[in-house]
Amino acid sequence: MRFHLKIWRQAGPDVAGRMVDYDVENVPGEASFLEMLDVLNETLVARDEPAIAFDHDCREGICGTCGVMINGRAHGSLRGVTTCQLHMRSFADGDTIWIEPWRADAFPVVCDLVVDRSALDRIVQAGGYTSVHTGTAPEANSIPVPRHAAERAFDAAACIGCGACVATCKNASAMLFVAAKVSHLALLPQGRVEARDRVRTMIARMEQEGFGGCSNTAACSAECPRDISMEHIARLNWESIKARITSGS
Amino acid sequence: MSLDAKIPDGPLAEKWSRHQAGLRLISPANKAKIDVLVVGAGLAGASAAASLAELGYNVTCLCFQDSARRAHSVAAQGGINAAKGYQNDGDNVWRLFVDTLRGGDYRSREANVYRLAELSLRVIDQAVAQGVPFAREYGGLLANRSFGGVQVERTFYARGQTGQQLLMGAYGALLRQVERGKVRMLPRREMLDLVLVDGRARGVIARDLQTGRLERHAGHAVVLATGGYGTIYYLSTLAMGCNASAVWKAHVRGALFANPSFTQIHPTCIPATLETQSKLTLMSESLRNDGRIWAPRKSRDERRPEDIPDDERDYYLERKYPSYGNLAPRDIASRAAKEICDAGHGVGPTGRGVYLDFADAIARQGQTVIRERYGNLFDLYEKITGTNPYETPMRIYPAAHFTMGGLWVDYDLMTTVPGLFAIGECNFADHGANRLGANSLLQACVDGYFILPHTITDYLADDIRTGPVPAEQPPFETAEREVRERIDRLLAIRGTTSPRRFHRDLGITLWNHCGMMRNHADLERALADVRALRERFWRDVHVTGSADGMNPELEKAGRLADFLELGELIVRDAIARNESCGAHFREEHQTDDGEARRDDTEFMHVAAWGHAGPDAAPQLHKEPLVFESTTPTVRSYK
Ligand SMILES: Cc1cc2nc3c(=O)[nH]c(=O)nc-3n(C[C@H](O)[C@H](O)[C@H](O)COP(=O)(O)OP(=O)(O)OC[C@H]3O[C@@H](n4cnc5c(N)ncnc54)[C@H](O)[C@@H]3O)c2cc1C
Ligand code: FES
Repeated sequence: MRFHLKIWRQAGPDVAGRMVDYDVENVPGEASFLEMLDVLNETLVARDEPAIAFDHDCREGICGTCGVMINGRAHGSLRGVTTCQLHMRSFADGDTIWIEPWRADAFPVVCDLVVDRSALDRIVQAGGYTSVHTGTAPEANSIPVPRHAAERAFDAAACIGCGACVATCKNASAMLFVAAKVSHLALLPQGRVEARDRVRTMIARMEQEGFGGCSNTAACSAECPRDISMEHIARLNWESIKARITSGS
Repeated sequence: MSLDAKIPDGPLAEKWSRHQAGLRLISPANKAKIDVLVVGAGLAGASAAASLAELGYNVTCLCFQDSARRAHSVAAQGGINAAKGYQNDGDNVWRLFVDTLRGGDYRSREANVYRLAELSLRVIDQAVAQGVPFAREYGGLLANRSFGGVQVERTFYARGQTGQQLLMGAYGALLRQVERGKVRMLPRREMLDLVLVDGRARGVIARDLQTGRLERHAGHAVVLATGGYGTIYYLSTLAMGCNASAVWKAHVRGALFANPSFTQIHPTCIPATLETQSKLTLMSESLRNDGRIWAPRKSRDERRPEDIPDDERDYYLERKYPSYGNLAPRDIASRAAKEICDAGHGVGPTGRGVYLDFADAIARQGQTVIRERYGNLFDLYEKITGTNPYETPMRIYPAAHFTMGGLWVDYDLMTTVPGLFAIGECNFADHGANRLGANSLLQACVDGYFILPHTITDYLADDIRTGPVPAEQPPFETAEREVRERIDRLLAIRGTTSPRRFHRDLGITLWNHCGMMRNHADLERALADVRALRERFWRDVHVTGSADGMNPELEKAGRLADFLELGELIVRDAIARNESCGAHFREEHQTDDGEARRDDTEFMHVAAWGHAGPDAAPQLHKEPLVFESTTPTVRSYK
């Protein structure tokens, strides 16, 4: 297959970027999207041009490293996949494909298609865990957890932290990301203990990091490669109200 | 050099508790004066960094990804073993110990393996307290399943994403310490050299992958937790960035490298089909609980698998290994697949594939049950191949997956360089010549949470009066200069071939001659080929871009340069080990029915290699393996 690509090139964080046109040929339909970029990069290297920088690692949809806007959609238009799980067979031969980095104030561009998502780490840092020291845990089966609660907690915990929700949201909000963590831990007895503080500190940190607020358009959930549901944002709101009531403010 | 593994005296079951009781302690006030560098933030690195910071040390932690949450531990699917004995099936610490030792074909230390089994109990407690959503029964208690090479159910799992969930637990613990100011987390940093001061590990040189700047990091001890080097085969189940650079640099600076050729080829991966392919995807071993592996009896049978009647199918694992069947250990299952395909019974466009079939399980238990157990793995398979495994059997083939070999460490997990520790997959310690499924997440956790924090304290007890280690001193300057010179050299070659091409060639050579089956003549050829490739690399590699700022091509070239040296050591080790054991199958040494034949008289040892310079033959040191509590037997899964 052959494709006409329009790709965002930006040499560094402080220089201006622009869209650049490339043609790529002899791409097997079975190749993944990132393998198609590999093919392009090989031709650039052969021409002594700098290769296009893009983030990736596991290439199987679990590490959350990859992620670009493809024709204006986070991870492309296929549902429930990351960029690395997208195959060229889902495009038509000769297609023009626009490839851009995630766009959000909280995600500054580092180089070409690579952005800085460390703000997501800092949100988790604010309370996205249980405060247990190594070695202090009680026997694992001493607290039964209803199976449906464990399963629903898992659904939320499946978030891979790729940032597609932020890139998709018109407010560049990280609410789905925060909700996944808040919900995962609030559903389990082990995480319940700190639920009240967690929801407050994580939301405050999200705002501090320059992410926008949530206006419930659900675009994030629709584009999430892990299908994290809006139910978790509802639970976050509920936890947040509870926290406000019980803290008396 | 005489190798002292420092195995404690006393009965096997008491070795660790007695040893631990004798380790020196440091008061909290004094711990605050000590800096520890942890390289790697996977399950091993994150758990160690968090636990050390909780104890009061000042920790600096580096990883090459943009976040600690992305370490390759995240990709582990199937589960983690622990001898909790919840299923009333007779499991206990002793059985996990024996299964692991035997699974590794008696090429690991009894004392280490026993400790792994013993501490497995606490890992599950820890993970549950962190909020890891393990699978549960309807009564709310933890569920288990079985894995290869065992006859009990002791594997804990979180659907097909156990690694991700365990890593999130460790990552949370790590970030909690970042918030407290006790860990300085530095992502997008690649360690490019180890710095020794007066013979002790005191720091590292790292490159900031975002700015291109070289940095010096100093501390009282260095912990490597940099994962496996299976990516040396080019196509593997590992993430693209996995590399050997940190351990290789440590090796060059004096740390012995143990059993480098013990590499695990995993039997169930989606087969390679394309030249442009960049990686292979694992289909978890847990699938073998319900899936049946077969190949057509007729060679080059082109019928659709659904159209091949049962009596024309060869369920070869069930046939050859009736008592373990489809759950035969990995090395055995992989070789069996290769043999069947070599004999012309392979399926798929390349003839390199066999079927993993769920039709019986679905008929017996219903699609809902199978979907609940493996739904996300089935989805993953369908996303990649475009075929639906509920209807058509999966096609699978072995792929490079895990490295049992790694830096040699003693019982305290310290390498032969004082102050340099190695934990998780990057050390060699627990898996012998073949790792059992679900034991590696376990090892990473046990090392990081429960062993290293104690043993490193004993080492650091001598450092409470040392004061901060300055990075402005000659050993750091020299190391930084050497790193810079190498980067400049790589950029200056401006040859004709991309790093990726070289990597592919190296991978093909190792896969063909030092993969599932090995023999002397092929290995000698591989040795010559790898050397020639290295020589050509330094003449002809083409690295575009510059050293300033982000440059993925430069990263690839640097990692490959180290792989080319390690590749040679792997082949040398495979030549020297003139026996078959576990995953190291030398065709010259097999029984009449084609099983591995160990040579316990000559090779009951750990092969630990010392570096003697880029072009000199490495020195082999042998650590004899002593079996006090068990008697090595011929491994049989029939
Ligand atoms: C696909 C797959 C499935 C698996 N499934 C299972 C399973 O079900 N059960 C099981 O027990 N095991 C499984 N394993 C094995 C297991 O996941 C790994 O052995 C284990 O997670 C390794 O953990 P680690 O912390 O040692 O290394 P990793 O998680 O690989 O972490 C390595 C860390 O080191 C950093 N690093 C590496 N090099 C450098 C450098 N030069 N400079 C700076 N930082 C560096 C990385 O950034 C990363 O943070 C699986 C492995 C694979 C590949
Ligand atoms: S590269 Fe890991 S999710 Fe895409």
